[in-house]
Amino acid sequence: MAAPMQETAIRTGKVARTFIYLVLLLFAAFYMLPLYVMFVNSVKPLAEITGGGMMSLPSVFTLEPWVKAWSSAQIGVEPSGLSPYFWNSIKMVVPAVFVSTILGALNGYVLTQWRFRYDTIFFGLLLFACFIPFQIVLIPMAKMLGVMGLAGTTWGLSFVHIVYGIGFTTLYFRNFYAVFPSELVSAAQIDGAGFFQIFRRILLPSSGPIAVVSIIWQFTNIWNDFLFGASFAGADSQPMTVALNNLVQASHGVKEYNVHFAGAILAAMPTLLVYIVGGRYFVRGLMAGSVKG
Amino acid sequence: MVFLDVDKVTKSYGPLDVLHDINIAIEEGEFLVLVGPSGCGKSTLLNMIAGLEEISGGEIKIKGKVMNGVHPSNRNIAMVFQSYALYPNMTVGENITFGLEMHGVEKSERKKAMLDVATLLQIGKLLDRKPGQLSGGQRQRVAMGRALVRNPDVFLFDEPLSNLDAKLRVDMRIEIKKLHQKLGTTIVYVTHDQIEAMTLSTRIAVMNGGHLQQLGKPKEIYDKPNNVFVATFMGSPSMNVIPAVVRNLAGVPHVEIRRHDDSTSLLKFNDMKFLERENQKILLGIRPEAITDPDGADRKSDNICYLENRIEVIEPAGADTFVSMQLGGKDVTARMRSDTEIITGADFNFAVNMQKAVAFDPESQVRISS
Ligand SMILES: Nc1ncnc2c1ncn2[C@@H]1O[C@H](COP(=O)(O)OP(=O)(O)O)[C@@H](O)[C@H]1O
Ligand SMILES: [Mg+2]
Repeated sequence: MAAPMQETAIRTGKVARTFIYLVLLLFAAFYMLPLYVMFVNSVKPLAEITGGGMMSLPSVFTLEPWVKAWSSAQIGVEPSGLSPYFWNSIKMVVPAVFVSTILGALNGYVLTQWRFRYDTIFFGLLLFACFIPFQIVLIPMAKMLGVMGLAGTTWGLSFVHIVYGIGFTTLYFRNFYAVFPSELVSAAQIDGAGFFQIFRRILLPSSGPIAVVSIIWQFTNIWNDFLFGASFAGADSQPMTVALNNLVQASHGVKEYNVHFAGAILAAMPTLLVYIVGGRYFVRGLMAGSVKG
Repeated sequence: MVFLDVDKVTKSYGPLDVLHDINIAIEEGEFLVLVGPSGCGKSTLLNMIAGLEEISGGEIKIKGKVMNGVHPSNRNIAMVFQSYALYPNMTVGENITFGLEMHGVEKSERKKAMLDVATLLQIGKLLDRKPGQLSGGQRQRVAMGRALVRNPDVFLFDEPLSNLDAKLRVDMRIEIKKLHQKLGTTIVYVTHDQIEAMTLSTRIAVMNGGHLQQLGKPKEIYDKPNNVFVATFMGSPSMNVIPAVVRNLAGVPHVEIRRHDDSTSLLKFNDMKFLERENQKILLGIRPEAITDPDGADRKSDNICYLENRIEVIEPAGADTFVSMQLGGKDVTARMRSDTEIITGADFNFAVNMQKAVAFDPESQVRISS
């Protein structure tokens, strides 16, 4: 990959190159600015912010806003901080990501290696699911959750996200498995491996790149979701996003901007982490399906 | 006893018929090669024997047992694929023993079987590697090891050598033949390469367009091809097929062939039955090695005819020299000894071994049998 890129690189003079780097740095700074503002203001006492100087570095450094946002800020009626909601989100995201990824992989496996009648129509319908706007399913979904006895629970939220995510995860895995040699599956059949054995022993071990894509995609989408969380969660199963909103929108008392900034960073932290850890695999996995074959 | 019986087998994908009434029966220990051009249905037939494709009509029996509807793993067959189909995430050793594991064979027994096969195929040093770290020839061996380890009734090979370079292909061909001689297993082998078919098989099934054209021993196929397709597909360079007319010359049948300058030559035909076809058109089939320089002609032949014709192209190929000329309006290839003195554009007196000639009906393209 690296070699051809070097060969085709445009030769540039020193001045031009300096200019290019300057422009790049400028853009980088521009995009980093919000994060900078959030971070510096989250470690200042409130007085420093209200006294003007949003952009300046803190003159007094304090972790107080972080501690408060995490453990004692007023969220709705409880002075609980964001921590219980953070765990709510984790409890919602982990099973939802796991189950939707596994189901997507199974769907992709069946759709590519065990062709059946009307399989393309089936796949088309699954794809269609990716494009249904959230708002349309709100009321039917509320009814469904009620019927299943999952209304207002974290499991219920997980369920909603699993259903909504399957379309995407199936798409990813189907495209990835479409270029998987069918002779491998034939060989495994002759060797006597059954449906799930072939999946677990032959396909899954080769699915790393696309699994990373699916996990990152699902994790960020589910973690950042607000609408479903606000619509379906009960008071004690609200996810981080809803809690953050309640923190920031609180109508009484002084607005503690430093606490809000700290809370917002806390809410964004897991997705940032997932990108930093898995980002490079994300690009690689997206490429794998399309370039191979 | 018939060991593998393909009985009136057909295959269709919806309205598309890809195999028509295939009948093949082979004995235990035979090496059957299915050969034919790409897309003629060889792999489909092999996959039906393996159980990977459903049988649309007819029956496939192994050892007298009907295999229709039997799962691939219960047919006691093993298959080597064109892409080798080695499991990329498993080591060579795991690849070889995966089938045994799936069949519930004890770990110690699996290991013993694996080591036996590894010794036989000389892949003992590779057992801990992943397929991605192997060369093409090594992968080929591992794929064969995976097939051998299960001790199957029938081995199925689908173009196993076509991904190898020319030199390695010849080496592996010999190795497969040795293996067959040593183990005496029954093999069905698919290839589009007629040389592989000739060299490996005890019997060849030539296929075209989903039809079985001829089933027979390599020599039968080569010397007595059923029709023009088989005649031209098998052999390299392929058999010359020359339009000719049967003439009666003092009670002896001859064939009349048009030369490059539209004059004609008469070549004696041994088979008296052709007198019945006096003045009828036929297609005369002569292999390149039956048209030679006079000194290179087969001394055992009882019917060498001579034919003067102009040499158009000379292709030295090392051991032999191939010569192209015009006969009956067709390009005809002759095979000369390499040190024959010949000149492009000059006339040359060729020796034609008419004992080896065959004739086809120009309408049906079928061989006129004697
Ligand atoms: N799944 C399928 N659906 C429709 N047609 C098929 C399918 N598989 C193979 N064919 C057709 O059957 C014919 C025989 O294919 P194949 O057995 O692979 O040929 P070969 O191995 O001799 O090259 C081809 O014309 C191919 O297009
Ligand atoms: Mg094929």
